[in-house]
Amino acid sequence: MSSKMNEKYQSPLARARGMGSAGEGVSHWLKERIIAAALIPLTLWFIWTVAHMPSWDHAGVMIFLSNPVNAVLMLLALGGSLYHGALGVQVIVEDYVHNEALRFITLMVLNLLFLAVSVACIFSLLKIAL
Amino acid sequence: MAEKTARPLSPHLQVYRWELHMLMSILHRASGAALALGTLLALWMLLSAAIGPEAYGHFTTFCRSPLGQFMLFGWSVALFYHLCNGVRHLIWDTVHLFEIRNAYLSGLLVLGLTAFLTALLWGPLWFGW
Repeated sequence: MSSKMNEKYQSPLARARGMGSAGEGVSHWLKERIIAAALIPLTLWFIWTVAHMPSWDHAGVMIFLSNPVNAVLMLLALGGSLYHGALGVQVIVEDYVHNEALRFITLMVLNLLFLAVSVACIFSLLKIAL
Repeated sequence: MAEKTARPLSPHLQVYRWELHMLMSILHRASGAALALGTLLALWMLLSAAIGPEAYGHFTTFCRSPLGQFMLFGWSVALFYHLCNGVRHLIWDTVHLFEIRNAYLSGLLVLGLTAFLTALLWGPLWFGW
C-alpha cells in the first residue's frame, strides 16, 4: 500500500510524525472495517441463499444466479469476503512469520491466491448469469 | 541480520490465566482463517454450476457426504462466530463496551448468538424443526 493512500486517512500530526513502526497501515485498518460493515448484510443474504440451495437442483441454481440482483449480491458477498479475508490473513502472516524473505513470499503468494479465487468466482458467475 | 541463537522462551500460555476475551480473540483470528479457507467451497460451487449439471452433481454429492456435512457445519459455526464477534469488534472501534463487565457480557452474548444461529440453520436441515 502506498503511503499516499495512507495519507488520506491519517491525521495531519500522524502524517507528519510517520506514526508507528511501519509508518503506514491506517488505510489497511480502515478498509478492513468498512468492508466488514458492508459484509454484515451481504453475509446474512449469502447464508440465507446457501441454506435454500440444497432444495434446488442444478437448473434451479442457474435460474437463481441468472437473476441480475442475485448475481450482483453474490459477487459483492464473495468479492468482499475474499478482500476482507486477504487483508485479515495478511495481518496473521505478519504476526507469525518472522523470517523476512519467507514473509514476503508468503504474503505475495497468498494475495495472488485470493486474487485468483476472486477472478474465478467472477468468471463463473458471469458465465452462469449472462 | 545476525544469526539467531536458540534462546529459551519464558512460559506464557501455560502460566497466564486464561480469560474469556483472550480465548474469543484467538478464536476470532482462527475462525477468520478457517473462513478464508472455506471460501474455496463456495468457489467450487460456482465453478461446478458454471461447468454443468454433472459437475454440480459431484459438488452436491460431496456436500451431502458426512465429511461434507462436517465441513459445512464447521464453516457455518466459524461464520456465525466471526460475524457476531466482528460486530463486537466494530462496537469496540467506537470506544464502547470496554468495561470488564460489558466485555464479558458482550462476549457471552456473542457465544449465545453463535449457538442460536447455528441451531437455526442446521435444526431444520438435520432435525426437521
